[in-house]
Order: sequence, then structure tokens, then C-alpha cells
Amino acid sequence: MSGDSAASAPGRSGGGAGRPVGRKAAGSRWGRFLESGLLQGGVQGSPVLRLFMRWVRRPLLPVMRLWRRNIQLKVVVTTLLMSLGVVLLLGFVVIGQVRNGLLDAKVKASQSQATGGFAVAKQRADEAASRTADDPTAVDGRSSQNVIQWMSDLVSSLSSGGQGAFDVVTLPAGDNSGSGRGPRASGGVDPNESVPQDLRARVNSSTTAAQSYTRIIYSGDKDSQPALVIGKEVNDPNGDPYQLYYLFPLTQEEKSLSLVKGTLATAGLFVVVLLGAIAWLVVRQVVTPVRMAAGIAERLSAGRLQERMKVTGEDDIARLGEAFNKMAQNLQLKIQQLEDLSRMQRRFVSDVSHELRTPLTTVRMAADVIHEAREDFDPVTARSAELLADQLDRFESLLSDLLEISRFDAGAAALEAEPIDLREVVRRVVSGAEPLAERKGTHIRIVGDQQPVVAEADARRVERVLRNLVVNAVEHGEGKDVVVKLAAAGGAVAVAVRDYGVGLKPGEATRVFNRFWRADPARARTTGGTGLGLSIALEDARLHGGWLQAWGEPGGGSQFRLTLPRTADEPLRGSPIPLEPKDSRRNRGLNDAGLPRGGGEKTATVPAQPTGGGQVPTRDPIAPRLAAVAPTADPTALPGNGARVVPRPAGPARRQGEQPVVEAARSTAPSGAADAGPEESNDQGEAVRGR
Amino acid sequence: MMSFMKGRVLVVDDDTALAEMLGIVLRGEGFEPSFVADGDKALAAFRETKPDLVLLDLMLPGRDGIEVCRLIRAESGVPIVMLTAKSDTVDVVVGLESGADDYIVKPFKPKELVARIRARLRRSEEPAPEQLAIGDLVIDVAGHSVKRDGQSIALTPLEFDLLVALARKPWQVFTREVLLEQVWGYRHAADTRLVNVHVQRLRSKVEKDPERPEIVVTVRGVGYKAGPS
Repeated sequence: MSGDSAASAPGRSGGGAGRPVGRKAAGSRWGRFLESGLLQGGVQGSPVLRLFMRWVRRPLLPVMRLWRRNIQLKVVVTTLLMSLGVVLLLGFVVIGQVRNGLLDAKVKASQSQATGGFAVAKQRADEAASRTADDPTAVDGRSSQNVIQWMSDLVSSLSSGGQGAFDVVTLPAGDNSGSGRGPRASGGVDPNESVPQDLRARVNSSTTAAQSYTRIIYSGDKDSQPALVIGKEVNDPNGDPYQLYYLFPLTQEEKSLSLVKGTLATAGLFVVVLLGAIAWLVVRQVVTPVRMAAGIAERLSAGRLQERMKVTGEDDIARLGEAFNKMAQNLQLKIQQLEDLSRMQRRFVSDVSHELRTPLTTVRMAADVIHEAREDFDPVTARSAELLADQLDRFESLLSDLLEISRFDAGAAALEAEPIDLREVVRRVVSGAEPLAERKGTHIRIVGDQQPVVAEADARRVERVLRNLVVNAVEHGEGKDVVVKLAAAGGAVAVAVRDYGVGLKPGEATRVFNRFWRADPARARTTGGTGLGLSIALEDARLHGGWLQAWGEPGGGSQFRLTLPRTADEPLRGSPIPLEPKDSRRNRGLNDAGLPRGGGEKTATVPAQPTGGGQVPTRDPIAPRLAAVAPTADPTALPGNGARVVPRPAGPARRQGEQPVVEAARSTAPSGAADAGPEESNDQGEAVRGR
Repeated sequence: MMSFMKGRVLVVDDDTALAEMLGIVLRGEGFEPSFVADGDKALAAFRETKPDLVLLDLMLPGRDGIEVCRLIRAESGVPIVMLTAKSDTVDVVVGLESGADDYIVKPFKPKELVARIRARLRRSEEPAPEQLAIGDLVIDVAGHSVKRDGQSIALTPLEFDLLVALARKPWQVFTREVLLEQVWGYRHAADTRLVNVHVQRLRSKVEKDPERPEIVVTVRGVGYKAGPS
């Protein structure tokens, strides 16, 4: 999962008013919800919903993780689900076919049986009617008595034809239950319960036969059973209609069907399980070598270059293994070559160091002896001796700087970090720079040294960096004050060196760190710096995992800020001191004018903020990260790569505080000053970011 | 004054130009230099000239400087100052561990070199009768001896100075910088590895169990102090 989720990406929310969730189709909304909420954790909406999502997500997380990481599980589960679907589909189709086949035969047989039965009933009725017609002595009461008797006979005689194969039920037609013709049934069938009402209605309303499925309910203890019921309205000997039903139990068919169902289910289950097992085995064959390769790749990247894959056979996997091993071998070879090269380089640097330094020592001592004795010389020779001594100093520092840089380049620089109090270092540096400051008429002030500023750092390197910054500030400060500010917050400590001298032109804030870069080639150098000082300082900061950044405005001075993590190897997230000082021309210009916070699309979503005098710069740049939890934070709540975030105003508080400043400055001072703003410092932050 | 003090200095360096230049400077400062250019001959020259101090280049033909340093230290506590072209490699630590008292990085200024040499020779200038106790050790400052239960422990002058500095103020915790100034005579902060290495060397001689020191106690994050007596 990348950190670039919809909920937290700053870019996307800039265009419209929030995310257009509502416009999406329902299906994709669910997907989005899953993606952004369930999986990413950035649920928008009410806190209750968020709480609920968190509650739901917690037990799911390990499962999701396993799912994401285990391809074997993925394939097996997918195979299981798909084969289950196929088997279910197949099962339904087969069962449908079997049922239809079984029932069709039964229904046909039943229909012919019933048709026959109806015919018999009709014939019996006709016979009985003709007999009654022949026998005039019969009176009405007797005839009705006869009908009752006749019906009972009919039922028993009809049902006797198929003992167990079917039962016969007669019911009065319509609502007419009079004339003693109550329901009759054979085989202990409950006539009223067993014939469904809608069938009775249908039979009532038509003269043809109608059929339906039902359950036969027995009046005794016998269990009910499924049945096909076929009914028709027929006339009794008196010509009154009654309903005759044939009930054919389907127990046999149901038994057959459930047998088929059971067989199919068992077979299906086996198939699914077997398919799953097969998928597991097959995937294992592929995944095992892949996992082995991954493990070995990890070990390779951890530096164990002699690791190789085991190769058996000649299949694709074996080819993968061979290719992998070949790659590893080449990698090992190249790395060894590079290591040898690096060792040679280091050796060379070390040798050059010695070879150059020994004669230089002799020259140096000779020059000093000559320099000491210069009063005895004529003026020209004396001046020459002075020049010789001065330039030897410069040559010496150039040589040592060059060697230091080449040590960094060779990766031979080692950090000897221990907890140090930066105040001590700053005081040492400042007292060391005092003589130069006095010559320049500069006063160096230290701010923020009330409390200890402790960090795990290499005192020698930090001192070198700070000495460089302070000396630079004094040199370029044109006799104005130099302020050294210390601060600690979060996991970072920072020292900023501010001067009010010539400052930096737009774009120079990045270039000052280039090797042998000069602010103004035409300008004379007073102390003869090597041009490598800031490059070395930058490398020193990088070695600590810290940042060294520059800010400046033409004529308004500059500020160099060193930020170090409080404990070594901890990534930096922010700096306790803003890169642009509060007394920069831009900040002052804004504060003096009391301009309203500028418009423009960048600031449109930011609520107005009262224009407090020192409010903007005193804001701790770390603090906005805490405030970033607020709902307004998501435009810039960029997770992860904090290094990228920091130089740019990160949280909403800073946004509110600084972004408008930029806008306002742009609108009031469209000169080059605006270019040296946060954008540039951001570039700087990227360029200088410790890796 | 010290500058008129007679000091024999043995210069062990294979670079003849540098050796000659060192000779000029040292003679100018009132020292008596003698020279040897080969590591193999260094020990013989040392025994012959019996110098008050040895200036030793780390890179030498024949035996290298580390080896020479170890050999000299094995038979004498005479101060050894290493000349090295490499300031931040392990060479310095190895050199210090093999017995050198101090080191100076090329290229150096003559004044710097002379100051180091003087600092190493100065201690013999102050013979004050004084008896100190640290742990179960008895230190006779004037007699330059350290005894445990009457048994004498051999220390180099530098180790002795280090021990005396700690023993004189047993209530005080010495930072490495303070020790550098008091024992080595550095004005400005220098390489604190000097202190670390020599405290280790001192401990290996005076402690009963160097792993659990009782005489020279580390105060974490600050420095060292003398153990309770």
C-alpha cells in the first residue's frame, strides 16, 4: 500500500470542494470506502463512524496483512471460492435436471391414472343414475342416503386400485357441504388439510382437471409426505357436482432426489477440497522457489554476497534460479570491484596525504623560520617572507579541506557520535571567532542558551560546521551583529547563524554549498577561505543525518541553519528554528503594513488569522505537526517523508501563518526578493536533505 | 628558564629534509637534536643517545613507527611525541596505545612543535615534596614513585602526571578537556582520544581489575575522577 491514499494526498483535494464521493456509483463507492477507509485508515466523516471503522478494522488487520503478503493463501482461497461457485452451479443444474426427469414421469403416470379414475367415477355415477331412474320406488331421502353410501363405495373402490400408490379424496364442490356429502378420504388421509385451498378454488371454477403439489397430512400418527394432487369436479348420481382428488405420494421420488443431492454435495465438497489442495500444491511448487529467491535476495542486500539459490532440474524455476545466481555473482563481483576501488582510493588519499604533508611540513617550518627573521631582511624580501607564510597557511587549509572532501567522497568518513551539549560547542566557536569579530567590529550574540541543547553528535564535526558558519557570518556581516540561535524541539536540535550583511541573491541559497563557489568572484577575499568550507559542512551535516540549509535576501543578510537529530540515526522531521528568520524583510514588511492575508487559490481555504507582530516566527515549526490532526489538516498532511515536508510550511498552522506572507510579499514586492522564499528553501531542503 | 634547559631530542624520521629542518628549529630553541632515519636503527640510537624526548614519525622504512614506539616504551618511560600525517584514522589511536604520549599532525608550525616538546619536558621542573594517596596507592610526587603495599609500580612520566593530577583533587571530576590542559598542556580543546587512551593505559597498570576500575573512575558523560582512598 502506498502512502498516496486518496484521503491523505494533498494535491487532489485542491481542485474541488472535497472528494466527490457522492458522484460515484454505489459499487465503486463501496470499493472506495474499502480502499480508503477499511484498508487505509483515513476515514473521513463523523468521529463515530471513524471509531466504528477502527473497531471493525482492528481484528481484520492481521488477516488483511496475511492476505496481502501471502500469494499462496490468495491463490488457494481464490481457487476454493471459484471451484465452490462452479460446483454449486453444476449441482443446481444437475439437481434440477434430475428432479424434472423424475417428476415428469411421475406426473404423466399420475395424470393418466387420475384421468382413468375420473372416467370411472363418471361412469359409476351414470350407471347409478340410470339404476335410480329404473327404480321409481326410490324416494329422495333414500336417494341421498344412497349417494352417501355410493360415494363411500366409490372412494374405497377407486383407492383399492392402487394400494399405497395413491389415495382418493372427495370434497364437496364449492361451499356446498350440505346434503350429507362431507369429505371422504382413503388411507387415513385428512382430506381438508391435504388439498390446498387454491387448488380447490381452481377445481371449483373449471371443469377440467387441475393439479398441484402438496403434502399429505394423515389423521393418524403417520408422517406427512410430499405428494402430487390432481382434482376434478365430477357429478354424483344425482347430478350434483363434487370434487374428486387423486393424491400421489412422491416419497420415492424425494428419496431419490435427496440421494442424488447428497451424492452431489459429497462429490462437490470433495472436488472443492481437492481443488484447493491441488492449488496449494501447485502454488507451493512455484512459490517455494520464489520465496527462497526473495529470502536470498534479502540476505544479498544485507551484504551476504556469497548466498546462492539451490538449482534442481531444468524447468522455468531452475532457470530463474540460474539467472538469479548469475546476477548475484555479477553483483558480488561488481561490489568487490567497487570495494577494491574504494579501498584503493582511500589508500591513495591516505598516501597522498602523507606524501604531500611531509614536504609541506618542511616548507612550512622553513617559511616560519624565514618569517621570524624578516626584520633583518630588506623590505622586498621581508614582504616576500610574509606572503610566503600567509599563502602557506592558505595552501595548508586548502590541502586539508581537499583531503577531507575526498574522504567524504570515498565514504571513509566515520561519525563518532556521543551526547554533547551544543551550547558548549557554540561558546567555543564564538570565543574562537572573537578576534576576527573584533577586527570587523562585529558583535556576536548567542540566543537560546538558557537550557541545555543536547544531541548525539560528533563534537569535532559540529564544531567545524559551526565555526565555518560563524566565521562566514562575521566575514560577510559588514560589521553588523551576528546572532547565533539555539533551539531544541521534538527529536531535533538546531543552531541558526544569522547575519545582516550582503545576504544572498535569489538562487544562491542552494549554490553556496557548491564546491569552490564564490558569492562574487570580483570581491576580494579577506581571510582567504578555501571555497570548500560549506561543502564540508554540508557533508558533516549529512553524516549526522541532519540538514544544513541557507536562507538569504539581497542586502538583508542571511541565515544558515544546522539541524541535527537528537539521537543519531533517527530521521529528521522538522527543525525547531524556521529557516527564514522573523526579522526578514518580507516578514517585517508584512508586519509593518498590516496587510490583509492575501487571496489567491492557495490561501482560499485557509481561515483568516489575526496579524500578530511576532506571531508568525515564534510559532514552533514542530507544533503544526501536532495540529495536523485537525480536520483542516488533510490538505498538507503528507505522511512519511517528513524531510520533504519540513522546509515547506507543513501543517495548517504554518500554512495560515506563512503562506499568506508569501502571497502578500508577492503582491507588494514583486522583485527578486520573493524568489528566495519557501519554494527555494524547499528546493534547498531537498538538495540538502540528509540521506 | 626552560628555554635554556638542556634537552636531548631524538628525531626518528626518514625524510632528510624534514629532519634537517627539525634540527634547525630545535637547535634554535636550545635543544640538542640527534637523528636516525631507519626504524631498525632507532632503538640502538635511542640506547646510545639516551634522549629526554623522542620525536617519532609513524611511517618509517624498516620497522614502522608503531613498532619502534612499543620497543622504546618497553624499556623506558621517556616522552614520545608522534609525527603523523593522518589525524583521524586509527593510526593515531594505535600509536597512542603503543605508548606515545602525544602526537602532532603534519604540517605543523615550529612554535606548535616546540610547545608540545616543552610541555612534555616541563614536569621534571617542579620537584615539590608531596605525598598523595589514591585508593590503596601511595604516591611520592618528588620521588616519582607509586606504591601499593610497598610494591612499586612503574609508570611513564605522563601516566604519573595523569595520576597525580587526579589524586591532588580527589573530590573533583575532571573533564577530558581539563585533563588535556593540566597534563598535556593544551590551551585549546584538542583530541580527547589522548585522554581516553592514556587512562586505559594507566588503568592497566594501577588497577587490580582494569575492567572494574577503582582508582581512576569514569563519570559518565563528564570525565574521570580519583577513586575513594
